[in-house]
Amino acid sequence: MSKLLMTRRGLIASGSAALATSWTVPARAAGVAPTRSMRGGSNNYRPGAPIVDRIGGGGFWMSGTVRRAGDGAPLEGQRIQIWAHTTEGHERDARSHGATLTNAKGEFRLEMPQIVPAFGQAHGHLAYDSGYFKTVFLRPLMDSSRDTSLSAHFVLEPA
Amino acid sequence: MNRLHHALIWAGFLAVIGVPLVLAATSPLLAWRQPIYVAAGFAGVLGMAVLLAQPLLVTGVLPGLSGLKGRRAHRWVGGLLVGLIVVHVVGLWITSPPDMIDALTFTSPTPFSPWGVIAMWAIFGAAGLAIYRARMRLPIWRIAHSALVVIVVIGSVVHAMLIEGTMEIVSKAAVSAIVLIVTGLTIAKRRAWAPFMPKRTRR
Repeated sequence: MSKLLMTRRGLIASGSAALATSWTVPARAAGVAPTRSMRGGSNNYRPGAPIVDRIGGGGFWMSGTVRRAGDGAPLEGQRIQIWAHTTEGHERDARSHGATLTNAKGEFRLEMPQIVPAFGQAHGHLAYDSGYFKTVFLRPLMDSSRDTSLSAHFVLEPA
Repeated sequence: MNRLHHALIWAGFLAVIGVPLVLAATSPLLAWRQPIYVAAGFAGVLGMAVLLAQPLLVTGVLPGLSGLKGRRAHRWVGGLLVGLIVVHVVGLWITSPPDMIDALTFTSPTPFSPWGVIAMWAIFGAAGLAIYRARMRLPIWRIAHSALVVIVVIGSVVHAMLIEGTMEIVSKAAVSAIVLIVTGLTIAKRRAWAPFMPKRTRR
């Protein structure tokens, strides 16, 4: 379970935070650090893309989790927007964008067309930009451009 | 040198430039790109391959383009390279403005971007120097031009090798290695630093 929830960045951040707090403030053990936006994460973002069952013809899965900073509680009903350069369109095209909501476990999952390498890397874009929490833009890389899924995880802090 | 010899040199030269282009033209990625993005990519591929022409024209290795003719061709090809870089950058800018702005401001998440941007400025510098050649002291001009060329070639090769794009990997590595070796040999042969070495500066 923790494997699913943790990104490398999250693991390093929360791990080092936990290490630091365990020395200084032993009482505050729960310290899930907020996810920071990645460089280039907001590129070609189109605010307000509609919530969809699937982007285009599908065949590729984007998934992840949304949790609250501090206690790490899953956040339900959070709107995550997803876009990428795919077999069906460029990043800038409206048809390459779609949004979905997290379930009670804070998980989201949206089918979309196959992501193909663009601007030198096979990558996707995700955004949390609903206002209640601070905005976060992610730009995860695929290990291989042949992968048919990609995941990214959000830990949000209040705006 | 006989005609066959000349033909073989040219055939080899054109193969090194042509094979990466032909293989890039078969890339599956092209099907999912708009024409402007395809053109921008190919300007980069062609620029990478055409880098090979420059040292060969300086040393006059290409039959029919030695001496003054080679120098003149070197200037034309230098201008062509600047044009290809402009097409590459403008085309990518039109394709995805924020990605190109990130690259040019050195804030891109992609590790190959700064290498490409540094190579671009170095190529503009090397070409700019060419315009002022007559007004500069030759030893200074030569060492400055050579230094910029080294940055251009290393920057371009690293830039190309780190990209997952339309270029086929073996031909990309091969053309990169050949450009590096030929440029290195030419720089070593030209010894632009010689006038600045202690023994050579004193008369």
